[in-house]
Amino acid sequence: MTQDIYLNHGLILASVLFALGLFGVLARRNIIFVLLSIEVMLNAAGLVFVVAGAKWGQADGQVMFIFILAMAAAEVSVGLALMLRMYHILKTLDADAAGRMKG
Amino acid sequence: MLELLWLIPALPFAGFLVLAIAGRILSRGGIAAVGVGSVGLSCIAAFAAAAEFIGQAESGHFYVQRLWAWLSVGGFTPEISLYLDALSLVMMLVVTFVGFLIHLYSSEFMLEDEGYGRFFAYMNLFVGSMLALVLADNLLLLYLGWEGVGLCSYLLIGFWYKDPANGRAAIKAFVVTRVGDTAMIIGLFLLFMNLGTLQMQELMRLAAERWAVGSGLAVAAAALLLVGALGKSAQLPLQTWLPDAMAGPSPVSALIHAATMVTAGVYLIARTHLLFTLAPAVQAAVAIIGALTLLLAGCSALTQKDIKRVLAYSTISQIGYMFLALGVGAWSAAIFHLMTHAFFKALLFLGAGIVIVSLDDEHDMFKMGGLRSQLPAVFWTFLIGACSLSALPFITAGFYSKDIILFYSLASPLGNRLLWTAGVLGAFITSLYTFRMVFMTFFGEAKSHVHRGPGMRMTVPVVILAALSIVAGFVELPHSLGNIRMFSTLINKALPAMAFRAGASEAETTLMAFAAIVSLLGIFLAYILFYEKPRYADSLANILPGRLIKRFWSSGWGFDWLYETFLVRPFVWFARTNRDDFTDLIYLGMIWTSRGLNNMLSLSQSGKVRMYATGIALGAVLVIAIAVFL
Amino acid sequence: MSAVFYLSAFVAVAATVMVITRVNAVHALLYFIVSLLSIALIFFLLGAPFVAALEVIIYAGAIMVLFVFVIMLLNIGSEAAEKEKQLLSPQLWAGPALLSAVLLGEFIYVLGHGGARAGGIGIVGPRVVGISLLTKYVIGLELASMLLLAGLVGAYHLGRRQEAGRESGERS
Repeated sequence: MTQDIYLNHGLILASVLFALGLFGVLARRNIIFVLLSIEVMLNAAGLVFVVAGAKWGQADGQVMFIFILAMAAAEVSVGLALMLRMYHILKTLDADAAGRMKG
Repeated sequence: MLELLWLIPALPFAGFLVLAIAGRILSRGGIAAVGVGSVGLSCIAAFAAAAEFIGQAESGHFYVQRLWAWLSVGGFTPEISLYLDALSLVMMLVVTFVGFLIHLYSSEFMLEDEGYGRFFAYMNLFVGSMLALVLADNLLLLYLGWEGVGLCSYLLIGFWYKDPANGRAAIKAFVVTRVGDTAMIIGLFLLFMNLGTLQMQELMRLAAERWAVGSGLAVAAAALLLVGALGKSAQLPLQTWLPDAMAGPSPVSALIHAATMVTAGVYLIARTHLLFTLAPAVQAAVAIIGALTLLLAGCSALTQKDIKRVLAYSTISQIGYMFLALGVGAWSAAIFHLMTHAFFKALLFLGAGIVIVSLDDEHDMFKMGGLRSQLPAVFWTFLIGACSLSALPFITAGFYSKDIILFYSLASPLGNRLLWTAGVLGAFITSLYTFRMVFMTFFGEAKSHVHRGPGMRMTVPVVILAALSIVAGFVELPHSLGNIRMFSTLINKALPAMAFRAGASEAETTLMAFAAIVSLLGIFLAYILFYEKPRYADSLANILPGRLIKRFWSSGWGFDWLYETFLVRPFVWFARTNRDDFTDLIYLGMIWTSRGLNNMLSLSQSGKVRMYATGIALGAVLVIAIAVFL
Repeated sequence: MSAVFYLSAFVAVAATVMVITRVNAVHALLYFIVSLLSIALIFFLLGAPFVAALEVIIYAGAIMVLFVFVIMLLNIGSEAAEKEKQLLSPQLWAGPALLSAVLLGEFIYVLGHGGARAGGIGIVGPRVVGISLLTKYVIGLELASMLLLAGLVGAYHLGRRQEAGRESGERS
């Protein structure tokens, strides 16, 4: 059925989004963009869950997505707070500037 | 009284322990009392034991005192037991008496030194070890004493340790005698393996039964013991340590390197004489080595500047005489010469010590002179000692002992003309260098001045030794002069009687006269060369052959250079190149590998979050790839 | 129906590409919100209206708004130029691009060789989700709320703008 096509392609979409998010995490130096790219990845993962839940017609996928959502919310708030703290100390948003763990 | 035999070595050991533990808290007087007193008491005990032993002379030829079992390992049970027979009696008396006199002397000689207690501790340890050596019943206990005296020699040569040259001399002494000691222990292994015991009388009896004369085992064992004796007694080729050992204080040189330790080799050969009779080749080697050494050392003594080095080479030379006597089978003659040599050589060293200290540590004879008037007591006693060393005819002990050796070197079945010639030539050279020393030190104009003279405690021992240097010879007079045989009668209870060829006793008087003339000739020549007309000596020394010979002889015939070039340098080079030896590479390799890995891996700790994220992503990709494709 | 799906999928991908390549943070955020909205539409098409609504309300409406506020707070106008330089270096994003491409390739390979096939698709309404959440996954629910509490406390503590807070920051 057409729903089958959705599912496979939905997963492919999720993979594409995940890859793009990964690229963003690795390639960008600004912390904001790194955090944003992490959100992209989380979103893609959530998409996978929902697609999988839709396939079996159960609520489990959506429940998982809710949990991911909660986690993303907590992570974003703490992450942004840390970013603010870093900005106050290092006066920059460059991720490479926080390199005191070097060596 | 003989039951107190164990006290004789025990008292000096006890003195050593007391001084080692409490030496720091005792006063000078206390230290001297313990140090000198222990040897003094031991001396009294030795005389008491001797009196009783000689009194029992007819009934027993030896006395054994078992103290305790030392080891018990698989059938090998050496004991700590003491063996007293005529030979060890004589040695014991010499060691304790001369030792006591030297301890008394050094209680004043070392008075200003800060290591006073240490000195007497070491000296006591030495006397104890030496007594253990001479009173030992089995070769293992003898070896214990042997090592003990070697240790004390090292400690006492390097006594003034703050000067590194003294330490080097001490190490040289220790290492060279170690060569001998190693040979000796191998000899002991050989003897034990083949005969099953190290108890000396038992050993010799079994050896006589089982080994044929000239058999390989006997030759090997005797040769190894001989090398041990060579090391300790500073004979060729292990004689290089003794001149350098003069870095120690003069009492040390007197006791260890003149009277007692260096005679340990002679004692060893005399003790195991049966082994040497079973190996005639080795016994002949003993004689030849003795003859060569006495000539070599005598020539070297002729060219020395330092008064103690003259005496050191003289010691080597005189022990060469003892070895010569042992080699031709004149056992009691060797021991007799050992005894008289102990007296006059100790006397000479103690006198030299007084001279050196009075001139504020001046060793160079060329800077001395005219001390005859400044130190009269020392002069007369030193002169008596020198006369005894040069074997001045009839009135000195040295004459009688050396004469017997010369006689037997020709007259014994094992002797021959060559050995006798060497001995006579050696006697000539002996009197030459001895009186050179006397004239340079005590006659002529005074080049240095005496700052203070010796006290009672230094004068009395040298006077006693001077007296002994004269009268000690009278216990053994040759046939033509009265035929007193006290000494040899005593010794022959332990050692075989000396044999001589038929027809030799008539020649005895002639030979004796010849020896007397030779020694007088030497004295006369020394008088001319070094007192009357010193210019002759100087001009002799200044021509080119004279200079070369002088340099060659004064360096001990180049032995130091020989050993340095062929033994020491290659060894040091080898040790240095092998410092990073290849077996270390295994461990070094591990270190390098882990360090390299660490350096490489720590590059990945860049502190950059993106790098870490990349790592995670890379890992995830790889894991998925493995899961999917494999 | 499928056209809608593919259209919204295309929009989502395009918006995400814009997200990761923008210089200005606020622009990137706005693009991301677009992406989220298109994903929400896809959720709706998949028969999950509840999470579609949640995606819009919470993800786009709360989290992204938080992002926007914080970025505004930072006041980072002049750094735009600096970042532009970084973007222009190919060797910087060649590696990550390769990595992501490989990952994508793996996913597609897996999906192509045995992805989901059968099964009917129905609408799974909020009621079903709620029941499941409160009976089967109640522990997860409680843990998620604790997580949120922890996040709250942490964010509050880290975000404090006081002398004491600054000291603790400097000390570490």
